[in-house]
Amino acid sequence: MKKIVKYIMTDILRSRIMIIYTIVLLATSFTLFSLEDNANKGLLSLLNIILIIVPLFSLLFSTIYIYNSAEFIELLVSQPLQRKSIWQSFSIGLAISLSLAFIIGIGLPVLIFQFNTIGLILIIVGTLLGIIFVAIALWAAVQIRDKAKGIGMAILLWMYFSLLFDGFVLFLLFQFADYPLEKPMILVSALNPIDLGRVLILLQLDISAMMGYTGAIFKDFFGTKLGLSIAFITLLVWVLIPLYFSTRKFIRKDL
Amino acid sequence: MIIANNVTKNYGKLIALDNVSVNCKKGECIILIGPNGSGKTTLIKCILGMAIPDSGFITFNNNNISKDWAYRAAIGYMPQIGKYPEHMTIGQVLTMMKDIRNTEKPLDEDLIKSFKLDGLLNKRMGTLSGGTTQKVSAALAFLFNPAVLILDEPTAGLDPIASEILKEKILAEKDNGKLILVTSHILSDLDDLVTEVIYMQEGKLCFHQSIDKLRDETGEEKLAKAIARVMLEKAN
Repeated sequence: MKKIVKYIMTDILRSRIMIIYTIVLLATSFTLFSLEDNANKGLLSLLNIILIIVPLFSLLFSTIYIYNSAEFIELLVSQPLQRKSIWQSFSIGLAISLSLAFIIGIGLPVLIFQFNTIGLILIIVGTLLGIIFVAIALWAAVQIRDKAKGIGMAILLWMYFSLLFDGFVLFLLFQFADYPLEKPMILVSALNPIDLGRVLILLQLDISAMMGYTGAIFKDFFGTKLGLSIAFITLLVWVLIPLYFSTRKFIRKDL
Repeated sequence: MIIANNVTKNYGKLIALDNVSVNCKKGECIILIGPNGSGKTTLIKCILGMAIPDSGFITFNNNNISKDWAYRAAIGYMPQIGKYPEHMTIGQVLTMMKDIRNTEKPLDEDLIKSFKLDGLLNKRMGTLSGGTTQKVSAALAFLFNPAVLILDEPTAGLDPIASEILKEKILAEKDNGKLILVTSHILSDLDDLVTEVIYMQEGKLCFHQSIDKLRDETGEEKLAKAIARVMLEKAN
């Protein structure tokens, strides 16, 4: 398994897009930190970019990589290798490479300008988000045979998680405005890793005071150690569930 | 060595394999023939575990292959259309395969030499012609000295010289007591190698017979004519 991970990683890290991605992240974060005199503000702007760019890039890159590696996968499957370990090698290879790009591109500047709890949480959340969307992309790629459809699916998934889901939540909130929905909202936020990541970081910043009663409830829950651990466990579950289903599907797939 | 039991495989509505049972023994050289789309490649993919049968099972040395994967170390497979990562060079592919297989056994690099692949090691797989890709596939199939060789249309796309080299190599390995499973629709090509014939049509196994018996029964010397006669008798 280690050998396959090694081959996949050298292949990914050599690719030009990966290098450009890292440089863009690096440039963005340095620019944002030097534009704002307050590092907290820089972090906030960076957060919004992370929540949009990282899932999108992870999804698209992983889906396209899997489709482009169809031949390589076929070659590996006819060798004395376990299917499960082939698929997990691809997941691990993609996850490590994308995390590496994120840690260099965002993690490094954050550690320089904002070396504290918020900065660390931002790095962990961003890395986890990248890995979650690798897992989701792999699930989509293993389910759909056609490359164009698969990439379309990846884009739709991204739209769902970053745009549509918030729309649904707002709709629900307005429809049921007469009911106390603050506590159920905590549960709803667990249904979308991007929202969960956003809440986790916003609550660490002072602006959470501006989020009203819901903000207070959230702070009550996620502010505690228990709440924080539950949130991180939820994010891990978001990695494991797609990974489990995609592995199960890959083991039974005809190539 | 390889036994398939009532293997059925559907692709959507298409029945690729319909209740196929075969028994392949050590030292045989079996040719798998049949028209296009008769399920030859699907059967091979099922044996390799690349396609999973809907029902029935396949055993390799009396072990069911559905839960096993290590058995593939004993198989050398040459696909009909070899697909390799395009940006890798021939040398990198060879090194990678050696690295993945990681065997202590001595490697059989005869074909790399006789196909003169060692002069092309720096060429990218994506730039190779179909024939050269086939040569790489063949070299890889024989490289690890496997007990079973599965060759899907081995001579298709090869020039006469290369295909002669390959045929001689197959003959040599057959004399070493290996099980060789070849698919082909060009019959005359492999006449002198084959010991058993399996004929498939529309996913069904029509017959599985030793070539001597086939020749005796039909009175035809040529394999192609013998098979044509059997098919004619079946039709009547």
